[in-house]
Amino acid sequence: MKTLIKNGRVVDPSQDIDEVMDVLIEKDKVVALGRDLRVYDARIIDAAGMLVTPGLVDMHVHLREPGYEYKEDIQSGTRAAAAGGFTSVACMPNTNPVADNKIVIEYIKSRAARGCGVNVYPIGAITKGLEGRELASIGGMKKAGIVGISDDGKPVMNARIMENALRYAAMFDLPVISHCEDSNLTEGGMVNDGLVSTITGLKGIPSEAETVMASRDILLARRTKGRLHIAHVSAAMTVEVIRWAREIGIYVTAEAAPHHFSLTEDVLRDFNTNAKVNPPLRSKADVEAVIQGLKEGIIDVIATDHAPHALDDKDVEFDRADFGISGIETAVAVTLTYLVDAGKLSLKQAVEKLTINPAKILGIDRGTLRKGAIADVTIIDPRLKKKVDASAFLSKGKNTPFDGMELKGWPVLTIAAGKVIWCAGGLKEDVKIHAAV
Amino acid sequence: MLQGKDVLGMEHMSVEEIELILETARYFKEYLEDKTKSIPSLKGKSFVNLFYEPSTRTRTSFEMAAKYLDAEVINFNQKISSAAKGETLKDTAVTIQMMKPDGVIIRHSTPGSAKFLADHLHTPVINAGDGTHEHPTQALLDLFTIKEKKGAIAGLNVLIAGDILHSRVARSNIWGLKKMGAKVSVVGPLTLIPDHIQHLGIDVYTDPEEAVSQADVINVLRVQLERQQKGLFPSLGEYNKFFGIKAETLKKAKKDVLIMHPGPMNRGVEIDSIVADSTRSAINEQVTNGVAVRMALLYLITGGESSSENLN
Repeated sequence: MKTLIKNGRVVDPSQDIDEVMDVLIEKDKVVALGRDLRVYDARIIDAAGMLVTPGLVDMHVHLREPGYEYKEDIQSGTRAAAAGGFTSVACMPNTNPVADNKIVIEYIKSRAARGCGVNVYPIGAITKGLEGRELASIGGMKKAGIVGISDDGKPVMNARIMENALRYAAMFDLPVISHCEDSNLTEGGMVNDGLVSTITGLKGIPSEAETVMASRDILLARRTKGRLHIAHVSAAMTVEVIRWAREIGIYVTAEAAPHHFSLTEDVLRDFNTNAKVNPPLRSKADVEAVIQGLKEGIIDVIATDHAPHALDDKDVEFDRADFGISGIETAVAVTLTYLVDAGKLSLKQAVEKLTINPAKILGIDRGTLRKGAIADVTIIDPRLKKKVDASAFLSKGKNTPFDGMELKGWPVLTIAAGKVIWCAGGLKEDVKIHAAV
Repeated sequence: MLQGKDVLGMEHMSVEEIELILETARYFKEYLEDKTKSIPSLKGKSFVNLFYEPSTRTRTSFEMAAKYLDAEVINFNQKISSAAKGETLKDTAVTIQMMKPDGVIIRHSTPGSAKFLADHLHTPVINAGDGTHEHPTQALLDLFTIKEKKGAIAGLNVLIAGDILHSRVARSNIWGLKKMGAKVSVVGPLTLIPDHIQHLGIDVYTDPEEAVSQADVINVLRVQLERQQKGLFPSLGEYNKFFGIKAETLKKAKKDVLIMHPGPMNRGVEIDSIVADSTRSAINEQVTNGVAVRMALLYLITGGESSSENLN
């Protein structure tokens, strides 16, 4: 079975490609890239006017399984990923039980194998039970297939434990993904400490809670030669300390979530629990700094921190509402609207942060259309304007502050290992797509 | 103008609405001082007092206000209600809705909970304090008191003293006072004043003696012991010494400075008795004014005539 994706604008930063060409897929591999490829026995996908990118990689999602299947499960979460243009996701270990041992990792992998074709890469816990005290069985989990470790959702408050984790994980070539939060500074906090917390009376989370921990972890990475990755950068000063670390040669990578480069704390003025997220939406200056960090390459990755919740977790008093945004189905459109269309990032920069950069950090052979690579491909209609309709999400989590907003540039077709796993308007084997005018 | 409306906070209240409430309250205050005066009746109307936080003053004040208007008040006490059995606020709201009251008065510890309730109810909701967010009826009674004592609010310098960070009274007063044309400043330890308050056009002082010199009104806020336990100031004694409003603090104050306090007071902590009980203090009168203002609100939201002239 051959598939020929014709006349799309192929953007593959792993090969420094950005030009109109064809992509030929045979079985599950990319076999050729070039202009006017002539193949007589291939299914044709007409991608004129479309962007054709390597299948997108989201290195920070919460699939909620096992334990919180009422919020999301691997089936619904991977279908949502496919609808968002993602063919690979790395899922966080704050499940129940916590993914802090190989049994849970194997369970996640076995469930993912029966999924919709999206690759699921589990991330293991740093500490047992995410309690920040004893290291989880990092080596055992590595053998079972983890691509990194994180206590995401909680900080590792004990600096010695973090130091040990960085040192230990380095032996297994695993990145340590740090959820930077000084819990003494964030205690009881719900929104950014700023004008909105002042007006609403909601307890503030100062941006320093993030930067203090990022600074600590950077110093520990320097000491241990560990592979530090800073999750969901939200604060201007965090961008500054990462910049400083890079300048003096400390190894550190970083990611930002779409809501942190598009929305400010202002959307919380009317107590919208769907905008309650940790780290919180920050000030305009922070948003601008995160964008600048992305532009300069200080922030390597765009990752969604997809955090689906049930309606009952959000339709409650503000302090009782869970933190998190269901973001995987809007990530591409938010990125294209707020970064590329707004002239902040080139298309190549944006795609790089959604493909090869996260793939490199996780050490996975994805995020590229190189000849011989697994044929994960995302086709995006850059001109398609659409209003976000949370009720139509494939994710169980309808919790998004973008609901009702018009965004431009949406995925229209997702291919994993040579198979169409999602297409706008439904799953179809014979696909014909048309550019929006 | 206010019929069927929620009263969630001063931030979104218009100047016209504030003026109408104060004007209507003036009429009801006359009644409180001379009970032989006739007032309109809200007979047949019923209100639910939904109090999730302990409160004697505000709850009683609403209750008295309703009773003077012949309306019924049903107290929904958290400790003996289904909230103690784990019912969500949303379900409680729907249950109350189905009982068809004419208004719901809510006191809750979470900022935004009054709006949350209003989003789930068709019945008008009155915010009687939602956490550290707003306490609009307190601000209205404070505005009423200031207007009564000073004649006008516009142009006055009002100083709010104490724990601004955790105070719904401060937030509601700031909105209300600024809308009515007063200049507002705050004084207290910087651990209890949010950094961003200056972006609301508020002057910040840390020395009460300096802060009081321009003030026409000083509204002293209650300081809670638990703030000391959270490490926000060293001791109640030190608080009184540096931030309490005392006789000597007022040496540089205007002779006719008006002293207010929303109560309950910690005498000898944020305010000394000699100040609280002085002739410059309106603290006791604030309580009466609270009933009058709440009568006005209940009357107006249930469709009372839209100007006080119609009351006469």
